[in-house]
Amino acid sequence: MITELEMGKGESELELGLGLSLGGGTPAKIGKSGGGGAWGERGRLLTAKDFPSVGSKRAADSGSHAGASPPRSSSQVVGWPPIGSHRMNSLVNNQATRSAREEEEAGKKKVKDDESKDVTKKVNGKVQVGFIKVNMDGVAIGRKVDLNAHSYYENLAQTLEDMFFRTNPGTIGLTGQFTKPLRLLDGSSEFVLTYEDKEGDWMLVGDVPWRMFITSVKRLRVMKTSEANGLAVRHQERNERHRNQPV
Amino acid sequence: MNYFPDEVIEHVFDFVTSHKDRNTISLVCKSWYKIERFSRQQVFIGNCYAINPERLLRRFPCFKSLTLKGKPHFADFNLVPHEWGGFVQPWIEALARGRVGLEELRLKRMVVTDESLELLSRSFASFKSLVLVSCEGFTTDGLASIAANCRHLQELDLQENEIDDHRGQWLSCFPDTCTTLVTLNFACLEGETNLVALERLVARSPNLKSLKLNRAVPLDALARLMLCAPQIVDLGVGSYENDPDSESYLKLKAAIKKCTSLRSLSGFLEAAPHCLSAFHPICHNLTSLNLSYAAEIHGSHLIKLIQHCKNLQRLWILDSIGDNGLEVVASTCKELQELRVFPCDLVGVGDTTVTEEGLVAISAGCPKLHSILYFCNQMTNAALIIVAKNCPNFIRFRLCILEPNKPDHETSQPLDEGFGAIVKACKSLRRLSVSGLLTDQVFYYIGMYANQLEMLSIAFAGDTDKGMLSVLNGCKKMRKLEIRDSPFGDKALLADVNKYETMRSLWMSSCEVTLSGCKRLAQKAPWLNVEIINENDNNRMEQNGHEGRQKVDKMYLYRTVVGTRMDVPPFVWIL
Repeated sequence: MITELEMGKGESELELGLGLSLGGGTPAKIGKSGGGGAWGERGRLLTAKDFPSVGSKRAADSGSHAGASPPRSSSQVVGWPPIGSHRMNSLVNNQATRSAREEEEAGKKKVKDDESKDVTKKVNGKVQVGFIKVNMDGVAIGRKVDLNAHSYYENLAQTLEDMFFRTNPGTIGLTGQFTKPLRLLDGSSEFVLTYEDKEGDWMLVGDVPWRMFITSVKRLRVMKTSEANGLAVRHQERNERHRNQPV
Repeated sequence: MNYFPDEVIEHVFDFVTSHKDRNTISLVCKSWYKIERFSRQQVFIGNCYAINPERLLRRFPCFKSLTLKGKPHFADFNLVPHEWGGFVQPWIEALARGRVGLEELRLKRMVVTDESLELLSRSFASFKSLVLVSCEGFTTDGLASIAANCRHLQELDLQENEIDDHRGQWLSCFPDTCTTLVTLNFACLEGETNLVALERLVARSPNLKSLKLNRAVPLDALARLMLCAPQIVDLGVGSYENDPDSESYLKLKAAIKKCTSLRSLSGFLEAAPHCLSAFHPICHNLTSLNLSYAAEIHGSHLIKLIQHCKNLQRLWILDSIGDNGLEVVASTCKELQELRVFPCDLVGVGDTTVTEEGLVAISAGCPKLHSILYFCNQMTNAALIIVAKNCPNFIRFRLCILEPNKPDHETSQPLDEGFGAIVKACKSLRRLSVSGLLTDQVFYYIGMYANQLEMLSIAFAGDTDKGMLSVLNGCKKMRKLEIRDSPFGDKALLADVNKYETMRSLWMSSCEVTLSGCKRLAQKAPWLNVEIINENDNNRMEQNGHEGRQKVDKMYLYRTVVGTRMDVPPFVWIL
C-alpha cells in the first residue's frame, strides 16, 4: 500500500534541525532538517542558497564585500552555530528555568541578596526551551518539536496537527488521514494533547499558563480521547470556565 | 629477520601503545606484523563501517580494549538523521561469540540500546570500563544491567549522551560487593537520583577518583559525598543552589578543604554564584575547570574564582565572561594550554560576548596555549595575525564567528589573510575550523602551509572548486574533511579519487555536488562507500529525468574494506 511505503521511507523519528527563532510564531520554516516526501510543505533544509544576497557566491559575483546585503542571522540556519545538541538544549533550558524563576520572584516581591543582580541576562521577554519529543497513539514513529518556535498553545497544536495529519494537498500523512481540522485542545476530536511534566505526571496541555508549561514539559503525547479519562474531567471543567467567561 | 626471540620483541612492543605507532610497526616485516597482531591490547576503529567485527577478530584475537566511532562529526549539529546507523549491537554480539576478553569499550556517536548494554554486561567477566560519548538509544535500564552484572567495574563514564531517564533505581543496582569504582560520571542524566544509593556507593569506593553528578544532586548531598571521598581528583558538581548561611554550606566548605587531591572541577548545572567562594581554598590546585554548562556563573563571582586558579591548564567557559574576563584569564592562567569559549545566549545579542580582543589577550598572556575553540561575534585579520605571532604552537584552532559570511568588521575584507597567518605560523596545526567571509584564497593558504593538518571543517566559505582542490592537493595528512554550504562541486570531488583512500572520510552537504558526480566517483572507487543521505523522497530524484544534474543534499563518503553496509536505512542510498 502506498501509505505504508511512504511511511517506510525513512520516516523514523525525524529530527527538526536546530532552528532558533528570534521571536515566537514562526514555526518549522526555521531549521527543519528533513523536508520532503510526506512532509513537503512544512519546510526544508535552509542553506546559503536560500539567501541569494548573502552567501559564498557573493564574493565571486561582486568585487566588493562591503556589507552589500543585510546580514543573515546565525539563528536561521540549520545546524548552526555548530554547538552539540546536548549542550544547546542544556543552555536553552537553563535560560527558561531562570526566566521563570525571575518572574516568580518578581511576583512574590522577594529580594534575594545579589543573586537577582547577577542574573542580568535579557531573554527578549521570551523563554527559551529546546526540542522535545512528540509521540502519537497508534503511530510508531515519534517526532520532535521546537517549543522555542511557538509562543502559545494554538500555535503548538497547529504545528502538531500539521506534523501528524496534514501534508501536501493530495498526499497522505503519517496517520493516513486526509486533512481535517483537529482541535487537539478543546476535546472535541478523537485525540487530545497531553504532556509529561518534570515530576513524571501526565497532564492535559492547556491547563497552565504557557510559560509555566514550557518550563515543566518534558515530552508530548497525542493521546486518544478515550484513553485520557482521568485527565478529561479537569479538561471539561476548564472548558466550562472558558464558556462562562465574558467575551 | 629477528635478532631476538619473539617474546623479547613482544615485550618491546608492549611499550608502544599509540595505535598509529603500532600500525607502523606492523608494516615493517611479516614477522613483526604477526607478533604485533597477537599482542595488540587496544584497538581503535575511527569509523565503525570501515571494517567489521569478524575481520577485527581475525586480525587481533587478543585485544582487551575497543574504541569505536560511528556517526560523522556533523551529527552533533543535527545534520545526520537519527537512524543513519552506527549500531553497536552487532559488535557486541560478535565479540561475545568470539569469547573476547573484553575489558574496555569506548564508543562515540553510536547507537546503543538497553539490549546491547545487557548483553555487554553478561558476556565479559573481566569487563572494567565503559565510556559513552555522544551516544543515544538507551535508558537507565541499560545502566542498571551494567551496574548489576559487571562485577569488576571501574569506570562508567557517560558524556553528553541522550539517555532516556526512567528514574529507576539504577544506582542501587550496584551490588554491595562492588567496591572497585574509579570513575562515575552521570552528569548528563536528567532525572532524579537515588541519593542514598549514591552516597553508599561512593562510601564503599575507596578508589574513586572521578565523580560527576547530575543536576538532581543537591548541595547537602554534595557535602556528604565529598566527605566520603576526600581522595577525589575530578569532581562534577550537580546542583549548587544554596543558602550561604546554612549548615550544609558550612559543611561543604569543610569538606572541600579536605579534598587536597582535587584537580578538575566541572558542572555547576544549576548554581548560585555567590557561593563559589567555598571552592577558593583549593583553586590553586586545579588544572582543569569546565564552567561551560554553568550559565548562572558570570560577572564578578566568575572573575574571583578564576583569579584563584593560577595553575589552570584547561578552561572551558561561556562567552558571558567577556573580553575583560579573558584579560583576567590571560594574566592569571599562565599555564593555560586549552581554552574553549562557548556562546551562552543563543537568541539575539547577549549582554556580553567575546570579540577578537579577548582572543588577542589570551594569545599574548598564555604562552603554552595550543588548543582553542572560540565562538565570537566578530573578528579581524589584524587580530588573527597577532594571535598567529603570539602562538605559533597551535595544534587545534577552531574559530566560529556566529554569523555566517561575516567579514573583517573593521576592513570589511574576507578573513583569508588572518587564517592564512595562522596556518603559516602554526606548523604543527592538526585541526582547523574556519568561519566568516572566506574566498578561495584561504584554501590556497591552507593547501600551501598546513602540512600537518588532519581535520578541516568548512562552512559557508570559498568561491569555486579551486578552493577545495587546493586543500585536497596540498594537505597530505588530511584525514577528515567536512564541508557544508560551500560552492564546491563535481570537478573538485572527482579530481583525485585516490586521495580518499588516504582519508578516513569526506562530508559534503548543501554544496554543488551532483548525483551523477557522486555516481561517477562511486564507479571509479569501489573501495569507497559513497552515501547519499536524502530525507526527501528518494524516488523523486530518479524520476526527475534531470537526475544527473540534481544536486545532492548530503554526501558522506569513507574508505572501507568491507563494502556496502547492511544496515542502511531507507533514506540513505549507497552508490
